[in-house]
This record gives sequence, structure tokens and C-alpha cells, in this order.
Amino acid sequence: MEFDALLLSRLQFAFTIGFHIIFPAFTIGLASFLAVLEGLWLKTKKPVYRNLYLFWVKIFALSFGMGVVSGVVMSYQLGTNWSVFSAQVGSVIGPLFAYEVLTAFFLEASFLGIMLFGWKRVGPKLHFFATCMVAIGTLMSAFWILAANSWMQTPHGFAFANDGTMVATDFVQVIFNPSMPIRFVHMVLAAYLTTAMVVAGASAFTLLTKKAVAESGTALRMGVLMMAIVAPLQIAAGHESGKVAHEYQPAKVAAMEGWWETRTQQPTLLFGWPDEQAETTHAAIGIPGMGSWFVAGDVNAELEGLKAFPKEDRPPVWLTFWAFRIMVAMGLAMVALGVWGAVVWALKRIDRATLYHRALVLAAPSGFVAVLAGWISAEVGRQPYVVYGVLRTVDAVSPVAAGAVATSLLFFIIVYAIVFSAGALYILRLMAKGPETEERAPEDASEPPGSPLATGVASASAKEG
Amino acid sequence: MFGVELSMIWAVLIALAVFLYVALDGFDLGVGILFPFAKDSRERDHMQAAIAPVWDGNETWLVLGGGGLFAAFPKAYAALMPALYMPITLMLLALIFRGVAFEFRHHGRKTGKKWWTVAFSGGSIAAAASQGLVLGGFIQGVNVVDGGFVGGPLDWLTPFSLLVAASLVAGYALLGAAWLVFKTEGELFERARSWVKRLAILSALGMAGVSLATLSVDPRVTERWGITMTSIDWPTFAALAPLPIVAGALVFLLWRDADLRRHSQPYLYSVALFLVGYVGLAVSLWPYIVPFQMTPAEAAAADNALALMLWGAIPMLPVILGYTAYVYWLFRAKVTDEAAYH
Ligand code: HDD
Ligand code: HEM
Ligand code: HEM
Repeated sequence: MEFDALLLSRLQFAFTIGFHIIFPAFTIGLASFLAVLEGLWLKTKKPVYRNLYLFWVKIFALSFGMGVVSGVVMSYQLGTNWSVFSAQVGSVIGPLFAYEVLTAFFLEASFLGIMLFGWKRVGPKLHFFATCMVAIGTLMSAFWILAANSWMQTPHGFAFANDGTMVATDFVQVIFNPSMPIRFVHMVLAAYLTTAMVVAGASAFTLLTKKAVAESGTALRMGVLMMAIVAPLQIAAGHESGKVAHEYQPAKVAAMEGWWETRTQQPTLLFGWPDEQAETTHAAIGIPGMGSWFVAGDVNAELEGLKAFPKEDRPPVWLTFWAFRIMVAMGLAMVALGVWGAVVWALKRIDRATLYHRALVLAAPSGFVAVLAGWISAEVGRQPYVVYGVLRTVDAVSPVAAGAVATSLLFFIIVYAIVFSAGALYILRLMAKGPETEERAPEDASEPPGSPLATGVASASAKEG
Repeated sequence: MFGVELSMIWAVLIALAVFLYVALDGFDLGVGILFPFAKDSRERDHMQAAIAPVWDGNETWLVLGGGGLFAAFPKAYAALMPALYMPITLMLLALIFRGVAFEFRHHGRKTGKKWWTVAFSGGSIAAAASQGLVLGGFIQGVNVVDGGFVGGPLDWLTPFSLLVAASLVAGYALLGAAWLVFKTEGELFERARSWVKRLAILSALGMAGVSLATLSVDPRVTERWGITMTSIDWPTFAALAPLPIVAGALVFLLWRDADLRRHSQPYLYSVALFLVGYVGLAVSLWPYIVPFQMTPAEAAAADNALALMLWGAIPMLPVILGYTAYVYWLFRAKVTDEAAYH
């Protein structure tokens, strides 16, 4: 393997987007959760909702900030590292990015100011409105970016212009390309699940450490409810994604499943070690016929294996295969935790179910793991193309020097390591402390709910010394 | 026919987005640049409080500028970004540090807070400087063949781009100081006034230096202004002479109004000063979007893409400007002592 600008750019892109997606996956769900909390507070006037809002908004502020800065990196990287790609597809997916900025980013960023700093400056209704705008902004942002990404997976509604670049023939087809609707559903559910796992895990932790306040019990129930409802839906959505992927990207599905031969009764492998050299999957343990049944609804359906595709058109198999398995395992674990939670809840033991609480703490990061694994299997499985079947990744890279990319990659790794460890530390510290029964509202007009005074931390300037 | 018009509309819209970015994020980067000159941590808290609710929205204009360039002029984007790879990356890294420092400064304990204070100002300075390097690299032109960049990774690094970088740091600091005059009171207000006065002079020198240096970048620029080393073509120059004259007048007004303890004028004059510089630059580089290589029409995306985006921009831009103005109005009050956190 040669460390040329192409490979380094791929590593850099994968690294930076892998970091970026962690934050949207959490903030999309958390923004909606906050909107629900504030709505409940306005409606019922129960202080528990207010306290939970004031607690989680601090964590939201930290995560959102990291989401923004890592996102700005992404928007420029398309040009710095993938300039040929940009020139080729700008006329097709460029407008989608432009709409994202116009309809989502400004909305999020502006109303975030009111959400974090306007607690006493605007009335409760207007503050609630700001929270809702931020939540809607995150969903719109997901819509546009997933439309762009889905178009790259299943390109439709385009043609080639005289100068060789792509142009849209029908923007409705570009935006609502075949994999867009289900990918959007799958991703939004993924974000809601990720948040539910974190909220449930953090609340379980405070219950376990005997800082048991009513707030933690309420948040735990909200998380478990979300999990119990959404996790099964997510499996259905994932199943649908698989069917769409099979229709448009059969090589990807073959890689996800570790199939080499084209045959009927394709198995579902529980374990296996794909080997691209030997063109086989070693130590495969699976259920015959189940793969065909999942994907085509018929155990006897004949489905393509990887050998049906020329070698140069096959994606890297091992990574696609294992990333897919990790995602599915997380999904099944979430369903199990949802059912378990429903049972202890029905038995009225949910506040004292220590073993269940431990399991939730352990599972708190499972959403992030699943999201990353899901994206890796979707994106690596798309290789060797950036725009599936149309533009190869090798042909998309910028004419930049390998040395420049190696340097930037090194700096991204260092900077992200510093910034995101600090961010994680601050978030975990807040979570370990847990919400208070007397979560302080900001006292002064310009004090945000996330400010140190609201946190109860003493004067920030006094500490700097 | 229609194509030329659409690409021109988009060139103007993107120029507008970039200018709004400079006028808005310029002042919050400027506040970061001035961090080291604050008296103590409490004063720095005030300074940060003066920009905290709005910085994210301000930075979004940068995303619109970059994203808009990608969407409306993909060929210009593809030619420029690889050429400016290093300064752009530096800018992104710097923006990460300063962006997270808004929150992190308040969560860090003793050393943590110190470190994020340094990261905030270091990030602001580095972001401003790298934007200057990008601008300098852009003005001096990039090496493009068949629409693709063919130069080396350090092409952008010249005395000219370094001069632009230094001037932009001074200019952003001026915007920041003027913003603080508008947003603060008491001791910090007094200090900000004195910063404005000094920075007005420094920025004026920077602008003059960059303007003169720009003349030597390409013969086309010289010709446009009618000024060469040896001669001045008076009729040509006379038509453009109002620009430097207005700039001079603005610097004077800035200095005087800071002296007269006016609150909002210094910021407005600073923005006007930037506007004059911006127009001067546009005059020099017209009609190129990649200097001396590509015009907007040559770099533009397909017409249907430009039209689709215009359908979005026409209703959305006024809405965005509307709620942005509302947020500014909401947080218009001076930062007071108790309000200093965050
Ligand atoms: C599923 C959702 C999703 C995905 C796949 C991506 N993003 Fe993102 N992005 C968001 C969801 C999001 C968000 C929810 O809107 C953010 C994230 C966290 C945040 O805090 O706002 C955001 C922030 C964000 C910002 C900062 C916006 C601002 O200034 O407020 C930019 C420029 C980008 N993103 C750009 C990108 C690019 C170029 C991506 C792909 C290559 C990308 N994002 C993938
Ligand atoms: C946010 C979740 C995403 C994740 C985690 C992700 C992850 C990845 C990974 C791991 C690769 C490398 C595949 C390989 O080279 O083997 C890749 C490739 C790529 N992705 Fe994504 N991706 C995401 C979303 C997007 C979006 C939204 C876009 C653009 C609209 C995009 C554009 C690309 C491009 C241009 C490449 C090709 C460059 C490359 O091979 O590295 N990705 N992505
Ligand atoms: C257990 C059942 C699941 C199945 C069968 C499943 C199936 C799939 C499939 C087939 C893809 C690839 C789609 C494509 O490339 O076109 C995918 C992608 C993805 N999955 Fe899952 N998934 C499951 C659970 C989950 C869970 C629990 C999460 C997160 C909480 C998740 C998050 C993602 C993400 C973020 C992607 C990438 C975006 C996309 O392509 O939709 N998945 N999934």
C-alpha cells in the first residue's frame, strides 16, 4: 500500500467525518429531546422537566459546539482534498449543500444563541420556539446532507455535459433518489436511539451512584420508552435499507454478507473471516437460506456473490462485513434492552433494577458504535466509487502533494485528540454529577442555562487565578 | 445569455456573503485577537460575553461562502482549494480551537481554563492570519492548467501574502475593538477606545501597503488603476481616486469618534473601511473569480443548478437576515459586570 495523496486523503476524510458524525448523531436526538422537555415543562409546570432541560442543555451546548467546528472542516475538505469530485458533481449536489446552509445551518446557529443565552431575555414561549427551531434545523440539515450522500450512493436524474461534468436533468430525482427516503429514516432513528442510549445510561449511572433524584428516574423512563419503541422500528428500517442497497448496489450487500458465490439460499453469517485473496469467507458460521429470505423475501432467491463482479469493482470486503455485523449486533442489543426495560417498568421495579442500570451504563455508547459502524459499511461498501458506478474514488482526488496531506492529517489527529478528549471529559464530568432537584436557572438576564453559574460552579474568573 | 446573468448574480451574492462574513466574524475573531491585551480574566469574560450569543451565526457566513462557491462555481472551488490547501487547513484547525473555547473556557478548571484562554486567542489570531494568507494567495493568482491546479504546495507563501495576513489581523482586531466599544462600559470601554485609535492607524498602514503591493501583482491591475512605477494615467486614476480618499476620511472619523467616546460609530466606520478596501479589491480583480484565470461565467455551475439555488436564496436570505437582526437586537445591551459569564 502506497501512502500517496489518494490514500492519505481517504484516511483524512474518513477520520474527520468519523469524528463529525459522532456529534450530529447525538445533537439531532438531543435537540428534539430538549424540545420535548421544555414543551412538557410549559404544559405541566412540573419542575422536574425544567431541571432536566437545564441539565441536558449544558451537555447539548458542548456537543453542538464540537459538531459545528468539525462540520466546518468537512465543508472545506470537499474542495481541498476532492477537488476533481467537486468540479464533476458541483452542478448536481452543490445546490443541496447550498439549501442546507440556507435552510438549516443559519436557523440552528441563530436560534442556538437564544436557546443558550436568552433564558431570561425572552419569554418562555419564545424560548421554547427557539429550542424547536434548533431541533428542526438539525433535522433539515440531516435531510439535505443525506440527500447528497444518497445521491452519491444511488445517483439518479443526471447526465453529462459537453465539458464532461455532471449536470442534473431532474432535481426531484436527484434529491429523492432511490436510497434517500430510507437512509434519512434510518439515520434519524439512529440519532434518536443514540440519544436515548446516552440519556438512559447517564440517568442509570446517577441512580446507581445513589444521587437518586426524581429527575434521573424521569429521564431514565423517557430514554427507555424511546429505546423500546425506536429500536424495533430501526431494525425494520435497516431491513428496508438492505433491500434498497441490494437493488442498486448488489456488490455492497454481497460484501456485507460475505457472499462470494452466486447461488440460491444465500446464508446469513453470524461469524466469518472474509479473505479477498482466496475469494472465500473462512470459518463461516451461518443460517442457510436466511440471507436470501431477508433480502429477497424468499429462501430460494438467487443472489449475486462477489465473484459476479470484476475484481476492480469490488469493495473492501472485511471492513464492510464486520462493520455491518457490529451495527446489527448493537441494534439487537438495543431491542433487548428496550424489552428488558419495559418488563422492569411494568413490574414497577425500574428505579431499583440495579442489574438493568448497570447494563444501561455499559450500553450508553452503543449508539455511537452503531452509527459509525453503519456509516463505515455504507461508505466502504460503496467503494471503489465515490459516485456509485459513475466516478471512481481514484479519479476524484485533488492534485495536491502527498506531503501536504500527510501533514494536515497528522495535525487533524493531534488537534482532534486534544479537543475531543477535553470535550468528552467535560461532558462526562457533567453526567457524573447528574441533574439536581434544584437545577439553577440563570439568574441574570444574559446568563445562559449552560453557564457556570447555572451549573453551580463558582465564579469562572476566580478559578483562573 | 441567461447563463451569464445568473453567474453574475451568484458572483455578487457570494461576494456579499463573504463581506458579511468579514464584517461579522471579523469582530468576534478580533475580540479573540485582543484577548492577550485584556487586564485580567474577568475582563476576558466580559469580552467573550460580548460575542458569545452571535459567533456561531457569524461563522455560518463562512460556510455559505465556501459552500456557495462549491455550489455556484464548482470549477473555481476546484481550482482554488487545492492551491490554498495549507492555509485553509490551518484556518480550519484554528477555528476548531477558538470555537470550542467558548464553552470549554467555562468548564475547564484551573489549568484547563488557562489553556482554553490561550487556545481562544491563539486560534483567533491564527484563523485571521490564515484567512489573510488565503486572500493573499488568491489575489496573487494560482497556477491553473485545464481547470486543475498544477502548482506546488507552498505557492501561496510569498511576502505579499504575509503582508496581507498581517494587515488582516490588524483589521480584524480593529473590528473587534470597535465592537467592544459598542458592547462594553467602564474600564474596558476606555481600553477598547484606545485600541481602536491605535488599530485604526495600523489598519490604514496595512491597507495602504496591500493596495500598493497589489498594483504589482499583475499588469492588468496596474492598468486598471492607471498607476505604474514611473507614471500615472490621471484620467483613469481620477475615476478611482475617491476610494483611497474615502478610506482616509474614514480612518480620521474613526480616530475622532473613538476620541469623542461615541459608542456605535467606530464599529460602523470600521465596517465601512473594510467595504472600501473590498470594493477596491473588486475593482482590481474584476472580472475574475479565480484571478486572471477564470471569470464567473467560465467557472459557473449549470444554469439549472444556479436557478434552483436562486429560488432558495431569494426567499431565504431576507428571512436569515431578519432573524439574525432579531438576535442582534435581543442581545444589544451592554455587557455588564454580572452578565460577564459566558
Ligand atoms: C446526519 C446528519 C449529518 C451528516 C451526515 C453530516 N452532518 Fe454536518 N452537521 C449536522 C448533521 C450532519 C448537524 C446536526 O446539523 C450539525 C452537527 C452538530 C451540530 O452540532 O450541527 C452539523 C454541523 C455542520 C456544519 C457547521 C454548521 C454551522 O456552522 O452551524 C457544517 C459546515 C457541516 N456540518 C458540514 C457537513 C458536511 C460537509 C458533511 C459531509 C461530508 C456533514 N456535515 C455530514
Ligand atoms: C457522516 C457520516 C459519514 C461517515 C462516517 C462516512 C465515512 C466514510 C468513510 C469511512 C469513507 C472511506 C471509504 C474508503 O475509502 O474505503 C468515506 C468515503 C467518502 N465519503 Fe463518506 N461518510 C459519511 C458521510 C458522507 C457524506 C454526507 C458525504 C458527502 C455528501 C460523504 C462523502 C464521501 C466521499 C467524497 C468519500 C470518498 C473519499 C474516500 O474514499 O475517503 N460521506 N466516507
Ligand atoms: C439490526 C438491524 C439493522 C440492520 C439490518 C441495518 C441495516 C443497514 C444497512 C443495510 C445499511 C446500508 C445502507 C446502504 O448502504 O444503502 C445501514 C446503514 C447504516 N446504519 Fe443500519 N441497520 C441496523 C441497525 C442499525 C442501528 C441500531 C443503527 C444506529 C443506532 C444503525 C445506523 C446506521 C447508519 C448510521 C448507517 C449509514 C447510513 C445509511 O446508509 O443509512 N443501523 N444499516
